[in-house]
Amino acid sequence: MPDGSVGQAVKRREDQRFLTGKGRYVDDLHRQGELAAVFVRSTHAHATVRNVDKSAAMQSPGVVAIFVGSDMEEDSIGSLPCGWTVTDRHGEPHKSPPHFPLIRDKVRYVGDHVAVVLAETLEQARDAAELVEVDYEELPANVSPAAAMGAPLLHEEAPDNLCYDWVLGEEEAINEAFSKAHHVTKVDLVNNRLIPNAMEPRAAIAEYDSGTEDYTLWSTSQNPHVLRLILSAFVTGIPETKLRIIAPDVGGGFGSKIYCYAEETVCLWACKRVGRPVRWTGDRSEAFLADAHGRDHVTHVELAMDEKGEFLGLKVDTTANMGAYLSNFASCVPTYLYATLLAGQYRTPVVYCNVKAVFTNTAPVDAYRGAGRPEATYVLERTIEVAARELGVDPAELRKRNFIQPDQFPYQTPVALTYDIGDYEASLNKAMSMIDHAGFAARKAEAKARGKLRGIGFSAYIEACGIAPSSVVGSLGAGVGLWESAQVRFNATGTVSVLTGSHAHGQGHETTFSQVVADTLGVPIENVEIVHGDTGQVPMGMGTYGSRSLAVGGSAIMRACGKVIDKGKKIAAHLLEASVEDIEFKDGNFTVAGTDKTKSMAEIAFTAYVPHNYPEDLEPGLDETAFYDPLNFTYPAGTHICEVEIDPETGVTEIVDWVAVDDFGKVINPMIVEGQVHGGIAQGMGQALLEHGVYDESGQLLTGSYMDYCMPRADDLPFFRVGLTETACTHNPLGVKGCGEAGAIAAPPAIINAVTDALGVLHMDMPATPEKVWRLAQQAAAAE
Amino acid sequence: MYDFGYHRPKSLADAITELQRAEDGQVMAGGQTLIPTLKQRLAQPSDIVDLGQVDELKGISEDGGALVIGAMTTHAEVAASDLVKAKIPALAALAEGIGDPQVRHRGTIGGSIANNDPAADYPAGCVGLGATIHTNQRQIPADDFFVGLFETALDEGEIVTAVSFPMPDKAAYAKFPNPASRYAIVGVMVAQAGSTVRVAVTGAGAGVFRDHAIEGNLAGNFSADAVGASSADEGSLNGDMHASAAYRKHLISVMTKRAVSAANG
Amino acid sequence: MPTVTITVNGQQESREVEGRTLLVQFLREHLNLTGTHVGCDTSQCGACVVHLNGKSVKSCTLLAVQAEGGEVTTIEGLASGSQLHPMQEAFREHHGLQCGFCTPGMVMSAVDLLQKKANPSEQEIREWLEGNICRCTGYHNIVNAIQHAAQQGSGA
Repeated sequence: MPDGSVGQAVKRREDQRFLTGKGRYVDDLHRQGELAAVFVRSTHAHATVRNVDKSAAMQSPGVVAIFVGSDMEEDSIGSLPCGWTVTDRHGEPHKSPPHFPLIRDKVRYVGDHVAVVLAETLEQARDAAELVEVDYEELPANVSPAAAMGAPLLHEEAPDNLCYDWVLGEEEAINEAFSKAHHVTKVDLVNNRLIPNAMEPRAAIAEYDSGTEDYTLWSTSQNPHVLRLILSAFVTGIPETKLRIIAPDVGGGFGSKIYCYAEETVCLWACKRVGRPVRWTGDRSEAFLADAHGRDHVTHVELAMDEKGEFLGLKVDTTANMGAYLSNFASCVPTYLYATLLAGQYRTPVVYCNVKAVFTNTAPVDAYRGAGRPEATYVLERTIEVAARELGVDPAELRKRNFIQPDQFPYQTPVALTYDIGDYEASLNKAMSMIDHAGFAARKAEAKARGKLRGIGFSAYIEACGIAPSSVVGSLGAGVGLWESAQVRFNATGTVSVLTGSHAHGQGHETTFSQVVADTLGVPIENVEIVHGDTGQVPMGMGTYGSRSLAVGGSAIMRACGKVIDKGKKIAAHLLEASVEDIEFKDGNFTVAGTDKTKSMAEIAFTAYVPHNYPEDLEPGLDETAFYDPLNFTYPAGTHICEVEIDPETGVTEIVDWVAVDDFGKVINPMIVEGQVHGGIAQGMGQALLEHGVYDESGQLLTGSYMDYCMPRADDLPFFRVGLTETACTHNPLGVKGCGEAGAIAAPPAIINAVTDALGVLHMDMPATPEKVWRLAQQAAAAE
Repeated sequence: MYDFGYHRPKSLADAITELQRAEDGQVMAGGQTLIPTLKQRLAQPSDIVDLGQVDELKGISEDGGALVIGAMTTHAEVAASDLVKAKIPALAALAEGIGDPQVRHRGTIGGSIANNDPAADYPAGCVGLGATIHTNQRQIPADDFFVGLFETALDEGEIVTAVSFPMPDKAAYAKFPNPASRYAIVGVMVAQAGSTVRVAVTGAGAGVFRDHAIEGNLAGNFSADAVGASSADEGSLNGDMHASAAYRKHLISVMTKRAVSAANG
Repeated sequence: MPTVTITVNGQQESREVEGRTLLVQFLREHLNLTGTHVGCDTSQCGACVVHLNGKSVKSCTLLAVQAEGGEVTTIEGLASGSQLHPMQEAFREHHGLQCGFCTPGMVMSAVDLLQKKANPSEQEIREWLEGNICRCTGYHNIVNAIQHAAQQGSGA
């Protein structure tokens, strides 16, 4: 990379509009003649719907139409698909029961979609929705993943409510490894259900043009092209050429806006049926009920070690809650994004993982910030902490003893992945130094004098980002390729339009991508415009999730820039009367090697569009498209250490210090990277101390608003201290790895390790609420 | 929200007239509880009588050795009042801890006590400080005003006009908030006036109550060490996913100790 | 339907509204001032915070008719022409926003804090923000931005 803005904390280009109220989110937009949609949602977790009586509601003022599942069936609208087929331990494909946008016979969770009311105004639609009479015949429900296999059946297609029973690793090999164990650490743990809560609720506006037969759908999507593909190929049959999806400014996603949901599908179908645009904006209450939730695993883990504390084998048995239906990518989260990460940063030679995915009467569960990798890291880092305490070994020392060493890369793990590069001890050492690990004992004693229990917790995490080589994911069951595309188009005046299939909803791509392009092409950053989020403008894309935007999307941009430079060299060679091989490109100038004969990028761009003096065999224009399919995942890794203080009288846990040392490879914009780390830690902290999606036994969501679902707030958090180490990714042109999920992956075990350290107990489940902590503190005090 | 007729009288008399005229009228004070309730369609009044312009219900004054706070005085005004801070700093601190700054700018003392949310702060403030509730019809001791879950001694058409607080020798309020809603899981107002100690608890039960056992313990020795255990019957305390009844009972004692320590400065 | 007249960002606006119209609906739907957002339905997230008669309020928990005769400032009215308000500038300078959805309410709330207290402590800032939820930033850079705005003496 040439010197320039890359590596600098360039202020964000998108901030002007957000700070002045000029952001344009879906709910800010209106279409002439639009109708408001309100969904009639199931109030039962499990019931047969005998009848939907809409007669009274149809009489309500302003009502234009009320639709139920059979109306969509008439128009052959299909089921919302799962895009990743997991093959179970017997070689059979997973069970993927139908998931219709409006239910046809049964409701399977509270919030399930029974009918939609379209009316002139939102309040009129709400008024009428209350008058829709649904005749339910209640069925027994189950919300517990652990109890799912013996529970009442949700889907005929999935006996025992089992989606799949899947294995990674060899049973014989793991038994062999355990037979040599000097010590086996066993832990039972729960990874608590989370509700994503991007601050902008989901929304959709659909419009149909009967003249051209074109549909336009404005959607709060992280990946408009993927949404278009799903809607076209699997759900509506509308050709991709006739369906434009626009995801304008989107107010956070964290995974929850990857998926094709019932609501936007219904709007898209209904807008043609009624001949008017249809808009829907979710309430927060609806988001709680019907956004895809995250996590919800129950796990038993065993770690076998030799007498020196070296890991011999890891055996993991997990039950993963899929919710009531299989969301678009739900199946791959507890398998290929989870079990494959169970080697962590360690040389564990044998890993065996069995995952049973089950259906329950709860909202569908899918990828949420980290997706599988936080669950894997929690399993590992919790278990290693327990092992260290059982063995009486310093937890940092036990980790170091087992780290993959820098000279062992590329490192083939026993769970399919090949790590390209890393230096785990460097991150751990830096984090220990930053937090003054040596001074912890004194801080603990000082806290004790104040009546507080102080604890320290480590988390040495790794993640697989930049998902991923298409051939690899294809062999594992993915229904799509996971490349990214970019178009870099010079205009005649020297400005550059960059069209990317990645989508930003807070990540600052307009700034980071501009830095990359400006430096690579040697043009002023002000001359670069990033275009994203519109299938009508951006030719192709796969979207933003799994920390892939820079590693995959940025690499596609780099490749397109490379093509632009290559073509520019041909134009420059012609203008400078030199051979192409002699043209060097540096800092925005094409120069004949060893001479001062030079042409600027702007001159070349102008010539490309005003080709009066131009190579005969070359097309005019300077506009290149590239696709990039990664060669491997990227492997960001690092160590977070936190210190907590517990008030034993109340059980309140305060985070008093936090250091995060992450290796993200090359960093383009450190300001944005640090911001991503902060936000990730806050979400991980939420999981560890505050957040828990809870259903009662009958399937009612008890945490259905911010009154009961505890979101991290400013006074729950400290300032974080962020450090970096760097080993550049070996296989992408930017050397970058991705930073969006690291904090959410690293934080939960760091906190629980610290809380249990403070309390002197081996384990407790998340979230570590005051009452739970208080009870453990009481027990610990009684034991003393 | 269901639609309703909206009225904004300028005087208490007009407000009462509007209320009487309405088929199913509802008084609105600051609206910080009522509007969310209406938004969820949990109430369907025919008419809303907004007291926002009734100036006679606003303001803080000292009268006969008591602080008198008009019903339409906001939490922010109580929290910022030099008079309140000088005379009953515990009350200013309580008001400063209600909801969030935006709620405090709109929410009022009259609205809060008339609603009598079992986890609201002011009921503990009123009972703990031995306040008197003034209405357009009568004066009601706080001990008799808060009847039960969202229930008060107010009759139909009766409007809270002011609350008068006698000045204690010492008082403090300590709250353990629900981490999500920030309402009180347990909130305790302790006050000492002469030889009398009052300990009022909110959040823990169906409504505010006095912990007479702790009051007895503190009567002879107003110190944190003397507080002892709460006498509340666990069976009558709230238990939910945020806090069991046993934990709440424990917190009553802990929060009382903290309040006593704060009151003793 | 009642007619409501409110001065919004210095401009007097009169509209016929239903009694049940919330101030935030009045701003977004009647005046097309869409910078004020709705992020929850329980009056907790603060994406809708505006100033009414100089004080921060939640415009989702206020009827438009209650603001009759009042002065409302929204995020759109904070800058003077192309000159950002110092709080907006501080948020940009210190990366106090990511997706931008909570930002208008966060900024309006922060401006009100510095009106009341020119030099709040870190703890006071964090407590003041109780009614503003952000899911992106972990609040680190928001608190940082407000501290810097305070140091610049740029409350009002």
